[in-house]
Amino acid sequence: MEGNMSLSLKVWRQSNKEAAGGFEDYKLDHVSPDMSFLEMFDVLNEQLIEEGKEPVAFDHDCREGICGMCSMYINGRPHGPLRGVTTCQLHMRSFKDGDTIVVEPWRAQAFPVIKDLVVDRDAFDRVISAGGFVSVNTGNAQDANALPIAKEAADDAFAAAACIGCGACVAACKNASAMLFVSAKISQLALLPQGQAERSIRAEKMVAQMDAEGFGACTNTGACSAECPKEISLENIARMNREYIGAKFSSSAV
Amino acid sequence: MSWFSQTLTSSIGRKLLMALTGLFLISFLVVHATINAMIFYNDGGETFTHWGHFMATNPIIRTLEIVLVAGFILHIVDGLMLWKSNRDARPVKYAVNNAAANSTWYSRSMGLLGTLLLIFLVVHTSHFWIPNRTNQFATGEELDLYQMMLTTFQNPIVVLIYILGCISLFWHLLHGFKSAFQSLGLNHVKYNGMISFLGTAFSIVVPILFALMPIAIYLGWVK
Repeated sequence: MEGNMSLSLKVWRQSNKEAAGGFEDYKLDHVSPDMSFLEMFDVLNEQLIEEGKEPVAFDHDCREGICGMCSMYINGRPHGPLRGVTTCQLHMRSFKDGDTIVVEPWRAQAFPVIKDLVVDRDAFDRVISAGGFVSVNTGNAQDANALPIAKEAADDAFAAAACIGCGACVAACKNASAMLFVSAKISQLALLPQGQAERSIRAEKMVAQMDAEGFGACTNTGACSAECPKEISLENIARMNREYIGAKFSSSAV
Repeated sequence: MSWFSQTLTSSIGRKLLMALTGLFLISFLVVHATINAMIFYNDGGETFTHWGHFMATNPIIRTLEIVLVAGFILHIVDGLMLWKSNRDARPVKYAVNNAAANSTWYSRSMGLLGTLLLIFLVVHTSHFWIPNRTNQFATGEELDLYQMMLTTFQNPIVVLIYILGCISLFWHLLHGFKSAFQSLGLNHVKYNGMISFLGTAFSIVVPILFALMPIAIYLGWVK
């Protein structure tokens, strides 16, 4: 078709966690500019299967930018060249005919590569398990208006809750720090009345788990927020710092 | 580990220490730049020596000097520890990394800029502070720092090293000043603009003031 592109791909291939990986070069013709980046990978994998080769393993699920499964470090940026977009919502029209595209997995001590472009993001789940929840007794749900919530607090909590936990913040950060993710999760609960009961212990435990997973510290470069597909604000990191320092110096947990 | 040391060795606690010591060192820069700017009276060092004498002998200042040295050591050691743990957090680097698309080079180079400043600090203190304090300790007499400045800054290579030190300081402060407030959790829509403006202004004014001292002496403006 007219307007279709020919692309050169350099893709990270690694057969398992322990194996040494390396880049493989692929040529792809007839790439439609209307394809998503993942659909382009589907075409590549069809081609590889026809050639009797192992298809590229990559994470994906909803393909509509809300699940947080897709990753991919594309030409030196998580989720590719656009702002506020996940890899599945990135389209090939963002590239030009004849381009060479380098695709790597997220790189972090806490996100080991499982296979090719798939990394293990269980570290995020363990951080959530450490305190990213509210304990609610069973029973009838109470009236929604029983707890007045300031509009601003609701808005900020909602903006923080937009985090899909994809890990682009970790991937983009020069320190592989998870501060943007953890701060969004701490913020969405710290801002709402339901989150108050466990507010201090949540901040203490989630930060302790984040450190135990081997994520780096924050240099405040802002790379995480700039690359975040949900554009989570750096204000959340400042709030987490307040929550954590406040909790550490005032809670009764010795 | 006690809750206190646990807090200060956590990722957020280490940054809290970096921010507090950083802001303390910034407050030192104000005093240092102010006293040294007395050379611009161009009165043969009379005003400068008067205040230099106060700084070298006043018991409160001398006590604060110990706190200052501790502040430097904490900031440096904590910075090196952060640099190491941050480096360990990504054992395999990216083959292609377009970091310029999401952050400024100087915000990513605080460790490098800090190391350059540390080298400068060694050179600078061995020019003035160490010989002066050593002499005070040995003989009880202060050295004529003004005369030492006039002599030291006749060497163009020394002047160049001082200018490079001031340039490193500019970039280090340009990120560090604002970053300290964020690390302390002080991010608020009412004050962010002021912090940003103050940080940029401070980062420009103070290094220029410092750089002008060796330049003015080398060019003979200050005699």
